[in-house]
Amino acid sequence: MIPLLIRRFLLGIATIWIISVLVFAGTEILPGDVATAILGQSATPEAVAAIRENLGLDRPAVVRYGIWLAKMLRGDMGTSLATNRPIASIILDRLKNTFFLAAITAIFSVPISVILGIISAGKPDKLLDRSISILSLVAISAPEFFTGSILVIIFAVSLHVLPSISYISETTTPLGVIKAMVLPMLTLTAAMLAHMTRMTRAAILEVLRSPYIEMAILKGVPKKRIIFRHAIPNALGPIINVIALNLGYLVAGVVIVEVIFAFPGLGRLMVDAVTSRDVPMVQSVAMIFCSVYVGVNLMADLLVLATNPRLRQKR
Amino acid sequence: MNKRIFSSQKKEPAFMKEDKVKKRARPRMPIVAKIGTTIIVINIFMALFGPFVAPRSPSEILTPTAFAKPEEIGYLGADYLGRDLLSRMLYGARMTIGLTLITTVIGFFLGITLGFTAAVSKSWVDNLISRFVDILLSFPPILLALIVIVGLGTSIPVLVGTVAVIQASRFARISRAIARNVAVLEFVETARARGENMFSILLREITPNSLMSLTVEFGLRLTFSILFLSALSFLGLGIQPPAADWGVMVRENISGLYYGSWSAILPATAISLLTVGINLVVDWMAAQIGKEISSELLQ
Repeated sequence: MIPLLIRRFLLGIATIWIISVLVFAGTEILPGDVATAILGQSATPEAVAAIRENLGLDRPAVVRYGIWLAKMLRGDMGTSLATNRPIASIILDRLKNTFFLAAITAIFSVPISVILGIISAGKPDKLLDRSISILSLVAISAPEFFTGSILVIIFAVSLHVLPSISYISETTTPLGVIKAMVLPMLTLTAAMLAHMTRMTRAAILEVLRSPYIEMAILKGVPKKRIIFRHAIPNALGPIINVIALNLGYLVAGVVIVEVIFAFPGLGRLMVDAVTSRDVPMVQSVAMIFCSVYVGVNLMADLLVLATNPRLRQKR
Repeated sequence: MNKRIFSSQKKEPAFMKEDKVKKRARPRMPIVAKIGTTIIVINIFMALFGPFVAPRSPSEILTPTAFAKPEEIGYLGADYLGRDLLSRMLYGARMTIGLTLITTVIGFFLGITLGFTAAVSKSWVDNLISRFVDILLSFPPILLALIVIVGLGTSIPVLVGTVAVIQASRFARISRAIARNVAVLEFVETARARGENMFSILLREITPNSLMSLTVEFGLRLTFSILFLSALSFLGLGIQPPAADWGVMVRENISGLYYGSWSAILPATAISLLTVGINLVVDWMAAQIGKEISSELLQ
């Protein structure tokens, strides 16, 4: 058990390391020079050279990568090219907002979707299951900006009960923060709920097809007992994977949803940084997103191990 | 004599009976899948003929009034710059659907080439391809795209390349798995024993037997391309204005929501309808081979 845990953990670290190489290579080695990005196309060669030296861009890429990685590991993310402020302090505020948004979304959608999935799987191909299936299919097909726009029209433009722009500052009251969060949360929830419901249903149906369930049915075990005592414990592993996959989606989903509602989070920060070609900012935010993504998947792996004794055994 | 002919005419001819049996044996397309097919066909027509039937130019500014109502300038009204919304929708169909098809098709061929090669190759080739695909899969695709765009800037070739590579990694993983499952079946063993070479086994034994699964995957990845490309355009990092593209149109006109204009909802609805249409068909096809499409879509 313990060696397996360590191996998974090291694999996660290795993944993050490879991602750091990719992030660095993607943003620094590709053409499109930071110096010209700062100064504009009309800059004199001398000014460009001065800025390049100032930023250490004249050194070889491998050396720059080493320095960059060492700084990252110490938590020193450098300064933003666009605002000249330390990146770490900008990111921290945004990270809190995004984390809060993601957490509320997860708290809402995970239990609801698992319950809906169980209900659906309990009576497959009946009216309720069909309706859930079609509705969720529509929800997973619609892009976030469609769901978001419709919600804005209903709650902000027609009913005037919620703000269409999620403005949050230090002076915002707690009620204001909650109000600002509702629409982004609902938009994210719509897609996540649909995905998780469908996948939970599929996971349970998969288990229900196995021979031991047939045996239980033939023995005359009541249906509820089959689902809760026989099927769900064995579907837990797949369901945890489903949840992890969706939390991974949340990482990508927040980027778009935050832009729709001008929500002051990490996703919008990333998009703004890409638009203004603020390379150090993009690198830092990308590393945070990727680490969270890898971390969530690692957690899921460990939870699956914890719920499935068969996987823990030595072969 | 006469009676006999008469009675035999009353009976159903044999060939008609056969026809009935055949019809029942074929899985019938449920109504939702038919709706999906209709939506897809309409969209294909829009992409092919949209620019020819568009009543106006997609770039001509017709009126100084932003979000002019349909009553003012006819058809569906104007967008935020006073351009004809209907014409931009029709021109946009070609851009949105065209790019979706191009990226998915390139990704498909690149991906199954990699995946099938990995499935039948020696372990080190398989390892090399699989690890490479694993790396691409360990990234949320939106981050990969943002990183490439910050490095290279955004342009249609960059977008096509990035989305095609993302698609290829997903196709490679699934086609490797599919080919692995087929490769252990008896007829492949037989082909090997006959001395067929790897290429011919791939082309003549494995490909035909993986077609159904690959078609489902192709449909799923189509919706990924649509959603992904229009999301990038919506973020302002994909197709650049003034080009007409549905994702771009949502971005341009989103401020119109507060003036009660539907000019952002229209392209957003078009994108949603198209993806719903494709997913309705794919969902039905996936059910035939016992698959849940949602888990694939998330990756």
